[in-house]
Amino acid sequence: MAQATLERADVETGRRARPRFADRDGLLAWVFLLPSVVYIIALVAVPFFLAIAFSFSDVTTGNPSFNWAGLRNYQRIFGDPVFWQSLKNTLVYTGIAMALIVVLGKVLANILVANFRGKWIVRFLVLLPWTTPVALSAIAWLWLLDSIFSPIDWVLREFGFIQGNMYWLGKPNLAMASVIAVYTWRTLPLAAVIIMAGLVAIPKDIVEAAAVDGAGFWRRMFEVTIPFTLPVIAVAALFGAVITFTDMTVVYLLTGGGPTHSTQVLASWAFIKGIEGGDLAQGAAVALFLFPLLLAAVIAILTAVRRMEVS
Amino acid sequence: MAIVEVRKLRKYFDAGGVHAVDGVDVATEEGEYLVLLGPSGCGKTTLLRTIAGLEVPTEGEVLIGGHVVNGLPPRARRIAMVFQSYALYPHKSVLANIVFPLKAERIGKAERERKAGWAADLLGIGHLFDRKPRQLSGGERQRVALARALVREPSVFLLDEPLSNLDAKLRASARDELKSFQQRIGTTTIYVTHDQVEAMGLGDRIAVMYEGRVRQIGKPVEVYDDPADTFVATFLGSPPMNLVPRDGRLIGFRPEHLLPEEIVSGDDRITLPFHVHRLEHLSGDRHLYGVVKGLGEETRIIARLPATVSVPITPDQTYTFAVHGYHLRFFDAKSGERTDPVRVGG
Amino acid sequence: MTAAPTTALDERTIAHLRRRAARRHVAARIGLYAAAVTAALVCAGPFLWSGITAFKQDTDLYQRDNNPFIYNVNPTGEHVSYLFTDTAFATFAWNTLWVGLLVVAITLFLGLPAAYSLARLNRPWSGPLGIAIFFVYLVPPTLLFISLSRVVGVLGLQDSTWSLVLIYPTITIPVSVWLLIGFLKAIPKDIEEQAMVDGYSRLGAFVRTVVPLVFPGVVAVVVFAFTLAASEFIYALAFVSPTSEKVISTGVPTELVRGDVFFWQSLQASTVLVAVPIAFVFNLFLERFIAGFTMGAVKG
Repeated sequence: MAQATLERADVETGRRARPRFADRDGLLAWVFLLPSVVYIIALVAVPFFLAIAFSFSDVTTGNPSFNWAGLRNYQRIFGDPVFWQSLKNTLVYTGIAMALIVVLGKVLANILVANFRGKWIVRFLVLLPWTTPVALSAIAWLWLLDSIFSPIDWVLREFGFIQGNMYWLGKPNLAMASVIAVYTWRTLPLAAVIIMAGLVAIPKDIVEAAAVDGAGFWRRMFEVTIPFTLPVIAVAALFGAVITFTDMTVVYLLTGGGPTHSTQVLASWAFIKGIEGGDLAQGAAVALFLFPLLLAAVIAILTAVRRMEVS
Repeated sequence: MAIVEVRKLRKYFDAGGVHAVDGVDVATEEGEYLVLLGPSGCGKTTLLRTIAGLEVPTEGEVLIGGHVVNGLPPRARRIAMVFQSYALYPHKSVLANIVFPLKAERIGKAERERKAGWAADLLGIGHLFDRKPRQLSGGERQRVALARALVREPSVFLLDEPLSNLDAKLRASARDELKSFQQRIGTTTIYVTHDQVEAMGLGDRIAVMYEGRVRQIGKPVEVYDDPADTFVATFLGSPPMNLVPRDGRLIGFRPEHLLPEEIVSGDDRITLPFHVHRLEHLSGDRHLYGVVKGLGEETRIIARLPATVSVPITPDQTYTFAVHGYHLRFFDAKSGERTDPVRVGG
Repeated sequence: MTAAPTTALDERTIAHLRRRAARRHVAARIGLYAAAVTAALVCAGPFLWSGITAFKQDTDLYQRDNNPFIYNVNPTGEHVSYLFTDTAFATFAWNTLWVGLLVVAITLFLGLPAAYSLARLNRPWSGPLGIAIFFVYLVPPTLLFISLSRVVGVLGLQDSTWSLVLIYPTITIPVSVWLLIGFLKAIPKDIEEQAMVDGYSRLGAFVRTVVPLVFPGVVAVVVFAFTLAASEFIYALAFVSPTSEKVISTGVPTELVRGDVFFWQSLQASTVLVAVPIAFVFNLFLERFIAGFTMGAVKG
């Protein structure tokens, strides 16, 4: 028996026992990871540094040769009132939209985790805004907010609130409100899903213990649910803020930044300058202003996550 | 020749912060059932995983069939392992689970099914071939895991607490089955457990581990009767060995050896006043909790009276108990190691 | 004598409390249903409107005082068929589909091994690198599209749908890797180790046990990544302008609007046609996404 085992072990050692590439965790770890890392470096990191280089050049679509322009692009941007308007709009847009999304997202998540009949269809309907390509839902809203035929105006007229039309996208403040509302409407389902994930992760016995201890709905909400989901919500909100901050689609499709730049955000302005205006260098310079805030958000997220891990 | 041998084996985790295995030398004997026994965190599972090749040792050698297998992947070691969870492939049927190791060796379909049939017959699970693991009971899962280990015809079985997922009732019969199964197959087996009953019942030899080291290795009766140190003395036995401090030493005796003096006869008996605080009836035996004086310092101890002893005992009374001198074991109070016996006046 | 009234009082109090609890329960249910219906209406309302509008005749639609919720003139299907006969909508849909599928394939092919590496192979750099990959998701298209349009040009993919196949994985890989790490960590380690003991290499164990077991997670990631790819707008707008190469996301808003002329009914029809199937499939896997997010959060 021992002899047989020995021989077999010998055969093994000779034939296929030696560790191959496929056995070596360390090597495999790299080989598995490398394609993704290379892909991301090539198509995210490289373009990112290219964008920085562009912002110091005079590259345009018409004349793609690279000439050093120093800080000229930045000087021109700082001298442009539209830039400051866009920066302010971006901050307003992000701040209000995120506040609405977090609060309404929490409410929506609470509805969606509850048990009721027809839950499936409600979830389906609630998810529609997020799963639909934003370009299409923005078009649907364009009709709802039409200057003459807006169905919303029709309803308001029927109730006698207004006489003529609201011109939702035609007046600066109203246009901003509309853009924020549409963005909030579109992002809400995603926020709700993420918060739902947090709600589902709350240990059931804690909620039940609170119920047994006589805590009512609101008390449970504020002393159990919210503290438990706060970390998830905080991180999700920071991510949301970054994505909102850099979004241009809703603005671009609904108002194109108008009327007279009153809804222009940095991202849409960079697009209009860089792609439509063909001034790649200035577009890149505008877009780069998104970066410091991005960095701040990343640091905030990391700090928040670390603090969660400590507690 | 030893099927499995480890030499000066060390395994550190967290850059040396945790010494899971801290210098172990063990060799199995041909066809034996070696049990690694110890509390959780003592390094027994890490030792087993290192033998299997799932962990890379920090230092030392692992030999299987006389060859140093350090650096060989698990698949090349001709071992079979049964995990605590049984780790049945949930997406495969019972048959597919059992033939899975044979596929790895590129054995033909007919031969695979012949071997699976043989293993299944041995374990009585042939009728379960088409089921999925989730449709099996705990005991059936264990048998499927064993069958899967068996078809590899390994030179050694590594079993990691295979009974801990079964309920208490099933555990006793499963233990019996495991033992008779191994006796039929005759393959060397290393079995990890924290349960001393399993260890005493199954093991040809027991290696008691604590804090990454093997404290004692020997036949169950040796380990029980002659513990190498106070850890082994108190880890084995239920209730554990009583330890009475005296002059820098600890005097140990098993609870079942302290009996009312009228039952203990002979010249070397030592009589002790035993003040009983409380008593419990456990499966026929009586466990007496109380304090003894006279042997050394006054110490709380436990005595176990077998069902055959019918001397009436009531709490809060002092009785005269006795223990044979040859039942006493002596340990160094500081190191816990065994020392030579000293005279204890009666 | 003294005990009896107390008991009676207690029972009366209990009955009172019970009634109050029942009333509250009913109120809570009504509130819940009201909230659910409101949420559904707010979220899906615009699509309902789109659905109605799609079948309206021009004479009905372009009358300011016509009720927008009903057909004041007989409904017509001509605008919907116009979408398929006179516009490139079918081409856009086809482009979106194959771009989406290729992007999903690339994402899984690169992302699944990467996630496995980060979740299981336990290198010291696994943690930081995992976080770094996730943060890549935060680098927005709006920051990169200008320089990427140059990269795309250099590669000769300007105005080609293939440019999107190349670029979209940069969006989908980071999220997918993160989700997959969560799903992978939920698979017991024992299973792969068992396969390794049973005679397979680490790679063999991955292919034969981990991949089949993580399949439900993979399906969830497929749907998620496809939704992201189908929704993307900025890159599609910046890189691709020929009609035949466009995807739905850019094709519909640019090709169905000619200057000031909006083909409203057709636009609305396309919105509904695209929105419903995606949301339907997404909803099927909703529970799994939630599980994925949670696993990532708890065990990541």
